[in-house]
Amino acid sequence: MAEGLFKEGIAAARLSPEKYADNFSDLHPPLDHHEALVESDRCYFCYDAPCMQACPTSIDIPLFIRQISTGNPLGSAKTIFDQNILGGMCARVCPTETLCEEVCVREVAEGKPVQIGRLQRYATDVAMGQNKQFYERATPTGRKIAVVGAGPAGLAAAHRLARYGHEVTVLEARPKSGGLNEYGIAAYKSVDNFAQAEVDYVTAIGGISIVNGKALGRDYALSELTASYDAVFLGLGLAGVNALRAEGEESDGVENAVEFIAELRQARDLSALEVGRRVVVIGGGMTAIDAGVQAKLLGAEEVTICYRRGKEQMNASEFEQDLATSKGVSIRHWMQPKKVVTEGGKVAGIELEYTALDGDRLAGTGKTLRLEADQVFKAIGQSFEPAALNGSGASIAMEAGRIKVDAEGRTSLAKVWAGGDCVVDSREDLTVAAVAAGRDAAESIHRALTSNGRA
Amino acid sequence: MADIRNNFVGIKSPNPFWLASAPPTDKAYNVIRAFKAGWGGVVWKTLGEEGPPVVNVNGPRYGAIWGADRRLLGLNNIELITDRDLFLNLREIKQVKKDWPDRAIVVSLMVPCVEESWKAILPLVEETEADGIELNFGCPHGMSERGMGSAVGQVPEYIEMVVRWCKQNTRMPVITKLTPNITDIRKPARAAFAGGTDAVSLINTINSITGVDLDSFAPMPTIDGKGSHGGYCGPAVKPIAMNMVAEIARDSETRGLPISGIGGITTWRDAAEFMALGAGNVQVCTAAMTYGFKIVQEMIEGLKNWMDAKGHASLDDIVGRATPNVTDWQYLNLNYVAKARIDQDACIKCGRCHIACEDTSHQAITSMVDGVRHFEVIEAECVGCNLCVNVCPVENCITMEPLAAGVMDQRTGQPVSPVYFNWTQHPNNPMAKAAAE
Repeated sequence: MAEGLFKEGIAAARLSPEKYADNFSDLHPPLDHHEALVESDRCYFCYDAPCMQACPTSIDIPLFIRQISTGNPLGSAKTIFDQNILGGMCARVCPTETLCEEVCVREVAEGKPVQIGRLQRYATDVAMGQNKQFYERATPTGRKIAVVGAGPAGLAAAHRLARYGHEVTVLEARPKSGGLNEYGIAAYKSVDNFAQAEVDYVTAIGGISIVNGKALGRDYALSELTASYDAVFLGLGLAGVNALRAEGEESDGVENAVEFIAELRQARDLSALEVGRRVVVIGGGMTAIDAGVQAKLLGAEEVTICYRRGKEQMNASEFEQDLATSKGVSIRHWMQPKKVVTEGGKVAGIELEYTALDGDRLAGTGKTLRLEADQVFKAIGQSFEPAALNGSGASIAMEAGRIKVDAEGRTSLAKVWAGGDCVVDSREDLTVAAVAAGRDAAESIHRALTSNGRA
Repeated sequence: MADIRNNFVGIKSPNPFWLASAPPTDKAYNVIRAFKAGWGGVVWKTLGEEGPPVVNVNGPRYGAIWGADRRLLGLNNIELITDRDLFLNLREIKQVKKDWPDRAIVVSLMVPCVEESWKAILPLVEETEADGIELNFGCPHGMSERGMGSAVGQVPEYIEMVVRWCKQNTRMPVITKLTPNITDIRKPARAAFAGGTDAVSLINTINSITGVDLDSFAPMPTIDGKGSHGGYCGPAVKPIAMNMVAEIARDSETRGLPISGIGGITTWRDAAEFMALGAGNVQVCTAAMTYGFKIVQEMIEGLKNWMDAKGHASLDDIVGRATPNVTDWQYLNLNYVAKARIDQDACIKCGRCHIACEDTSHQAITSMVDGVRHFEVIEAECVGCNLCVNVCPVENCITMEPLAAGVMDQRTGQPVSPVYFNWTQHPNNPMAKAAAE
């Protein structure tokens, strides 16, 4: 029987233990002290710095880098946490190449930006390594606030509210907190159980209690929250996965990329995880890349990401695309799934149709291609499932399938705010954008609870 | 190919790069390595009088300050003169000179400020066939507390006296090494000149504390919790040294006095600058202590390449060429008008020029034009101060462009005058008025 890499079909234990450890080690190893000093010296301390403008949480990047360069990493960490209490995770998962580092003047000048993300990780690691807490709770206000979802938006909101002295209860559907930080990020971007360490760091301020295993719409209704809390923040994620709309989609071997990623993150023993010998990923975003790369790193022999448009239209950043190809993943453009080919109920391949632009509209050309595959991952986007909100009493206004909010994060319902992936937002669906939304909604909640009739 | 052979007060060397009297020239082993690497000469580390050897500290002797990537910018030293036996040094000097006849060997000396001490040591040095002596009136640490080094160099009368003793008691050329720890460097130079010195060399090191340990509250370098000011050297001191060289070079009272330039010389360019200001050759220490002796290869080739490119045939073509251009502030042309200009193609939009000008100077650089991040000089506000050029991280992105005669200076509303006009002629100068009346 074929061993390891050459096992046919979907199989576990394709690699040696060392290989698993090596493949899933830190993607960007931390900068050591000297490296951090050298890198921080490269920052020009720009006026009205473009990097700061590009950061969704508006971290004062030149200042925190200068604090590193002067041997004040704790001060640096505080500068980061002042704007972004999840600065540690953002340092690891932000697509800095399309945010701060893209506009770094050194990127413009020499194609080599200051490594802002890695410097941010350096500073936050120092502070979190010492469990240095920078904030004290204000005098308790007696106000109680419910936060739904312990993901980036919910945690950021909870922390800011706790700082103001409010009492926060976070209700989280899954057994662990952290949201996509815990379940949705490639394992090599967040090693050593960092997401849980960060949850502990954030909640250490006090005044925040997290209740796991409580799902909105299943275990309680929104109307119950609005009845018993002074305010509610909805920080829900995207529970729905978009369908391929291809024949044979229900076959054994067609899986959701997000579930694969979550399962991988939770796995104690990577060698127990099964992966196909030939894997096809359908999609063009970060999820497609994360799934494709990790399938390859688990020992898949061939991994092909198929995207219906061109390279430029891919949501995954160029860095992510390059990362995938450097790991041996091939990315193919201008093709869409047409039919999952099965043999004995199991995936045997996928038939794709070449696409082209017909004016502005994407259209199939009628020409097809068949790729051998024993596993197909769907990564063509996720959607908000509003079912949890339904039956919650007064209905909440929606827009484009997500919760409608104003600039402060207020929903159409009194006492209810929302932020993160579950809302329509000009900001992209990024961890850092969710943090900003949660933080800003918390500020709005605090204003509402204290200005009118003062607590 | 340019000829960089050097003749300094009759002492010949194949190039103008000497190692200064310092740790790298303390013994034959190091000096031979230096000569093998290509150094033109050495000033052997300072010898003291016969007797029990000098004692050094057994903890740190050096302190430093650093720039980006820990590039060493300034070094501080509390090592004393040689702590080796006088006669061992003399034997080695004699042997090395015999083995390396084409290289310059000058012997640095520091003995008590009495004529007998100098009379005693001079014949011993002469016997080695060394090319000359350098009088160490510069060291600011340790020996100065015993009435030697900079304790002598800070009193022009002592300098003149000791130089005279030496000139009367030896045939060897005498180079007098000056301390910068003094208000007006021309005074000790004039004293040495009056005493008959053949040349001066400068600068020796500057009194300094390189840092303070904020845990122990001790100055650095720290010896058992205490520190003592040491002598500062390296790239950080170069501007100070160059000014002092130029001050002596352009002093009418010491005109023609040969100068050996010292102070932070690290590259051929540094050396060329010192020589342009009037130094007949240069001495190097910190750069060698930082990078090793090999740097002299870059210095030799770099100097030659520059001279070839500019058509300078020998060192005589460059020594002192910049000296006439060093003047007093009052003679600077007040009718010269320059404006900063930002090359928009080169600009990386860091905004440092803007914030420097806006916060600390003349509000003459934009940050935003028509809603777009854009840095441009507002000529009507620009006084031509050059701060933006200095803070810009991109070389040649911002340049100072002189306005041609007749062009309107938008700041003053006056056309630029073609006439040279200085402070001594200015109506706001009371002295000028007095002269006119």
